[in-house]
This record gives sequence, C-alpha cells and structure tokens, in this order.
Amino acid sequence: MLSRIAESLYWLGRYAERAEVTARILDVYSHALLEDRVGGEESACRRLVEAMGATEPAALVEVGTNVESLVGFFVDDPRFDGSVVRSLEAMWENARGAREAMSSEMWGSINATHSALDARRGRSVYAQHGFLGWVRDRAAIVSGLADATMSHDDTWRFIVLGRSLERVDLTVRLLSTRLGDAWGTAGWVATLRCCAAYESYLRTYRRGVEGSKALEFLLLDRLFPRSVFHALGAAETALFDLDPTSDRHGAGSEPRRVVGRACADLEFIRVAELERSLPEHLARIERACSHAHDVIAKRFFNNAIAIRWSA
Amino acid sequence: MGDLLDAYEPIDAWDEMFDAAGDTRLDYRALYEHVQTLSKHDFDERCATRDRVFRDQGITFAHSGEERPFPLDLVPRVISATEWSQIERGVAQRVRALERFLDDVYGPGEIMRAGVVPRRLVVTSSHFHRAACGGISPPGGVRVHVAGIDLVRDAAGKMCVLEDNLRIPSGVSYVVENRRAMTHVFPELFAAHRVQPVSDYPARLLQALSATAPRGVDDPRVVLLTPGVHNPAYFEHSFLARQMGVELVEGRDLVCRDNVLYMLTTSGEERVDVVYRRVDDEFLDPLHFLPTSMLGCPGIVNAARAGNVTIANFLGNGVADDKAVYPYVPAMIEFYLGERALLSNVETFMLDDEDVRSWALDRLDQLVWKPADGSGGKGIVIGPRAEADALEAVRVAVEAAPRSWIAQQPVALSTAPTYVGTEMKPRHLDLRPFALNDGENVWVVPGGLTRVALGEGSLVVNSSQGGGSKDTWVLAPHGADVEHEATAVADGMECEPLARQPFDMLPAATEQAAQQQ
Repeated sequence: MLSRIAESLYWLGRYAERAEVTARILDVYSHALLEDRVGGEESACRRLVEAMGATEPAALVEVGTNVESLVGFFVDDPRFDGSVVRSLEAMWENARGAREAMSSEMWGSINATHSALDARRGRSVYAQHGFLGWVRDRAAIVSGLADATMSHDDTWRFIVLGRSLERVDLTVRLLSTRLGDAWGTAGWVATLRCCAAYESYLRTYRRGVEGSKALEFLLLDRLFPRSVFHALGAAETALFDLDPTSDRHGAGSEPRRVVGRACADLEFIRVAELERSLPEHLARIERACSHAHDVIAKRFFNNAIAIRWSA
Repeated sequence: MGDLLDAYEPIDAWDEMFDAAGDTRLDYRALYEHVQTLSKHDFDERCATRDRVFRDQGITFAHSGEERPFPLDLVPRVISATEWSQIERGVAQRVRALERFLDDVYGPGEIMRAGVVPRRLVVTSSHFHRAACGGISPPGGVRVHVAGIDLVRDAAGKMCVLEDNLRIPSGVSYVVENRRAMTHVFPELFAAHRVQPVSDYPARLLQALSATAPRGVDDPRVVLLTPGVHNPAYFEHSFLARQMGVELVEGRDLVCRDNVLYMLTTSGEERVDVVYRRVDDEFLDPLHFLPTSMLGCPGIVNAARAGNVTIANFLGNGVADDKAVYPYVPAMIEFYLGERALLSNVETFMLDDEDVRSWALDRLDQLVWKPADGSGGKGIVIGPRAEADALEAVRVAVEAAPRSWIAQQPVALSTAPTYVGTEMKPRHLDLRPFALNDGENVWVVPGGLTRVALGEGSLVVNSSQGGGSKDTWVLAPHGADVEHEATAVADGMECEPLARQPFDMLPAATEQAAQQQ
C-alpha cells in the first residue's frame, strides 16, 4: 500500500484512541474531583495537567486552578494540541486523505462525527459530560467499524498499530502521575476508570482495589485489551503481519524488535520488582514507544523522496 | 394526500414533465401520480433523509464558505428508452469521431489537408501539445477514455450538444451517488419504474483502463492520480478509486526512473501501468509543462511516450474540445465516419471572419460569448443578462483576439419540476452523459448527470454557484429485460438528415475550480 496512506491510517488509529482515552480521563477526573475534594482543588488540577501531558504552562496559568475551566481547556482550547476536539479533527483529516482505503461505513462514521462536532460541544460541566460520553461512543464506533467492516489486511494493521501504541503511551502516562500514591484507593479507582478497567478489575480480583493489584492489572493483564502488555502485544502482532520476514536470529524488522522487546520485558517481570522501581520501568516503556514510532516511520512512511525541479 | 404539483406553472420553455397543453408526458405519469400522493410534510421528511445520507458520506460541496450536502432534487428526470437510444448512439458517434480527429491532428493531419478543419485553428489552440503528444499512438489507440458530452434540450424539445469535455470531465460520481440516495429516499418509486442501472460505471471504467494498458502487460496496475484533498472533485476521485479498488495517488506518491513509473509503498516501489489522472495537462509533468507544478510527476510524459505507461485521458485532448473546433464536429463525423451527426450542434459564430465578427458585435447584447479555450463555463458572458461594461469588455477582448472567442444564440433550456423551498417550481436543466472508450467499443452510462439551475429563471447549473442535480432515469425498453440490454454501441447506425439547428446556448455551465471539466 502507499506509504502516505499507511501513515494516515496509523495516525487515524492514534487520534481515535487519543480522543477516546482523553475524553474518558477528563470525564472521570471531573466527576471524581467533584465528589471528593480532599486533596484540594489545586493539587487535583496539577494531577489532571500531568495526566493530560500538557506542556503549555503559559496558557495553563491563564486558565487557573479550577477543575471546570481546566476540563474546558482540555476539551477544546486551541492552545492545547492534545485536546479532545483537536484529536477528533486530526482523526478526520487523516481519514479524509485515506478514505478510499477504508470502508464506506467507517468513513461515513468518521465524517458524521466531524460534522456533528460543533453542535455537540458543551460549555457547562453538565454539558461536557454529555459531550465526552458522545466522543467515547463515536470513537468506539469508528474503532468497531474498522474491526468489523475492513479486511484485516495491511490497511487495518496500520490502524491497529497506531491505536495500540497510543494506548500504551496514554496508560503509561496515566500511571506515571502516581495518582494512587497521593490519593489512596480513590486515586486507584479513578486510574482504573480512566482506562475503562475498573469493572474488569473487580471481576478479575473479586475484591476491593489495591495499589499493587491495580498496577498489575493495568500493566500486565493478558486478557484486558487496554493493559500495556496486551496493547504492546497487539502492536507486535500487527508489525509481524506487516513485515513477516525473520531469520534464525530473531525478529527481522527493527520496529518489531523494539516493540517485542518492551513486551517481553513486561512478560517476565515480577510485580514486586516492578513496584520497586516503577518510574524507571514506565520511563523505559515510554522510550520504547517513542523509539518504535521513529523506526516505524523510517521503515514504512519515509519512502518519500524529496524532488525539486525548480528551474 | 398532497397536491404538490397542482400549483406548478410551467414557464415559456420545453417542460420535461408536462406538454404544452398541461398534460403529463407519458413517461412521467407514474412519477406524477406518486408525487401527488405526498404532502409537503412528507416531502420535507424525504429531503431530510437525503441530506443525512449525503452528509454522513461527506458528499458535500462548499457554497459561500459553508459545507452543504450535495443538492440533489428529489424529483427525478425521466428519459424514455427510445429517446435514450438516440442520445446514446449520438454520443458514441461523436466520441468516435473526436478520437479519430485527435489521432489525425497529432499524426498525418488529413482533415486539415482536406480543408475540412482549418489548420490555423488547430495549431493556435492553447491545448495543442504537439511536442508531448505528436507522432505517437497511445496504447489501444485510445486518447479519450472518458468523455462528458453536455446536452441541452431547446424550446422545440430537441436535444443538442452544447460542448464536449474530453480532458478530465467530472461529475460521474454524483450519477452513482444520486441513484444510491434515491433508492434510500424513494424506494417505492423504483418499484413502479424499471430504471436502467448506473452502478456498474466504476467496473466499466476499470475495464476500459485495463484494456488500454501498455502492450504486453497482462495484469496492469491501475492508479487514479488526484491533485489532493483540496480539489473540489476529491470526493469523486476517492469514490472512483474505492469503487474500482485501485490506489488513489498524489504526485508525491509517484516517481519515474528510466521511463518507468513507480509508486512509493510500504514495501518499496511498485510499478504502475495505467494512470487515470484527474490533473490537468499543464500540471501533469513539470518537465514538459509548468515547471512549478507539485501536482504531477516529473518524467511521466516521457514514460508514456516510451510506451511504458498509459495516461488516461491522454495529453493534448483539449484541442478537440476547444470551443472554436466545436462547430466543426459534425463535419468531422462526416469526414471520418461517413455518417451524418445524430446529435446536432448549437448554432455558433466563428469570429475570425471579419463579416461574421462585425455582425455579431452589432448584436453584443443578444448573443452568448464564450472563450474558445475555456472549460467548465469559465469566462462566459450571456449577452441579454450582462451589464454594459461586461459587454464592452467582451467587445475589446474579441477585437483583440477573435480566435479566442465564439458567439452563440441564447435560448431557454428545458425545465422540470423542482422542489424549491416548499413548492414545485420549473427550473432549467441540462444533461451530461458520460462515455467510456476501451478501444473496441464506446459505452455510454444510461442517463448521466442532470444539472439544475436552482435560482428562478437562472441558467447557471453549476453546483458551486448554487446549482443542483437530479437523478436521471433511463427507462428500460418496454418488454425488454434491463439486464440483457446490449450496452455497447455498434458502428453503422442509421443516419438522420442534418437539420438546420434551432439556436441554443450554454448556461454558464460547469464552472468548477481548477483541474476539472
């Protein structure tokens, strides 16, 4: 397939996932914080800023330490690149350049989402909740249509690859905020909810939320699709199928080697070990993701030859 | 129970649905009966369904900075099987003659030697690209893979050719999508009519493109070259690529080496055999044409000249759809095919003759003025509707460069009931049938794109200026099975005497942005 299309599909997968997860985080935070203000609004805001990976300090000072206005900022402020609305727009832009590669149903769903964006955007906290729920639904529909209406060929694999790497990235970033440490059980519940993992966790462990178990679940669970291990595995599978060459000395392609190694690290680590040096482990996974992105771009997208023919 | 058509008042033009006595024409009766059962409320509801169908699929166009659903009027245009077979044969005949003409002017030039078409007219055409296209015969001998022939019906009810589009005619995606939307919105109408299907256009296009692949290529790799997402016809490019199952490429996806064309893929470079390009000649290859163009691929013209890649449509076709060449098409048909033209032209005045020019300039405000090398209605001035200074500008331009202009007599286009606001109103329309040439046969998609001028009295059918469209229904022949209709049009058709043509004109038709016809 065309390199340009592959790149668009990869980013489409990333942005759809980013919109969904970001919307969920914002929804969970705003409600958890409204219910429980023990930690104080200021520290809550700081956590939220970290969870969103926001790096626009000037704009954030203007927004102030108020959960409501902060959520509004993360939903659609043009100064924030990772906003929910920006992610949906970027998803649409990437889809638009690659629409003939996807099913009509999928493009229709993405386009309908984009068209309805303005009308759906809320202003109050109440309206934001509705909007964020709608965003999650739309992202889930897009993702579901990709799985259910497209052949699981390279086209689809690039979407899955983008989606999986973004999922790893966001989960790791969320864990890095160490919300649970500062906020105890409520913090861990919020973290699980942010990953849509709370109910699965309860069903899996059949007891109340504990920090180490929550960590184990979000990082290492083999069956929960949003765990870091599961998402890395999905990315590795996609990479293997995209480029199935291998020889007797392991993985043939650099992208697969990078992702597979991060995955293997998690597969064989002890939970106690992980807990002892969590920040280092999270940082390593984060580095692997960013490195994986670079080698994927080099291997699959950077075929373009810059041609100049000015007189 | 509604009465939507009770208040309909035809204006002074041929009406597609009602005859002069106000009776419903035969082929419209079932449609009329059904529309009459609907109330305004019912109709508005169907309109809402239509808008949703289009908007969700992104079938929109920008009008005054706003993205609107493509304006499909829900009252279809109906063409009888008998009339269609005449149109179909006429269009195919015209395309075959224009193919021969192109092959001739880029080759031996017999028609010019015979004095049928003046040589200076050909060589002064701004689309005559001798260096790029001269002396070679494209694969399969096809230069016009896709043609859009614009037809209008005059006050007497006769279909005439308004112009030929042989470069990159657009609009066929709306033919297919309009039909799809209509089956969603008015399923019951299709039960009451036997409408010839249009959905196999993409498959036939792919067949024609594959059939004209370079010699020796058994399983050709076909791609569709688009200028990109910002082109107004991007929807169509994407639609056709998806429906044909071919890659939609941009110039930056292509690279030429040693006269072979490749596209850049995730598994390296892959060879390309046929390029259905929707990029104008001038932008296609910076080595041959505009050196600053980023839309094409350097070297693609030489690859085509070397016979390694098929460019569809081929380069230099603009010389045949030049407005100043248009008056000679009936003569071409006689010259090359030995037949009389089945579809007539609109009466046209050539302004490089001094007497004709001064006669025409005396009637500046009564004629329609068109730039000879324009496409898509650019620069057209309709005398009776133009301001004095616009007409004066035409006079200056014509006197400075008579070869660059033609003049035609205006007449009212035919009208059809169109749902405007909350009422059925007569609105003017035209018809663009699309023809495909695979080197063996010319196939014409049943119907084509009917464009409607939505403004009262307006003759502008262009969608970027508020024009709309109608689904065009060619009815199956009585007693025949649609599936088994012969689709290719054979040579040797019956001939009609060349009647003196009633006057006609182009509404400032297909004005579209760059890279479109």
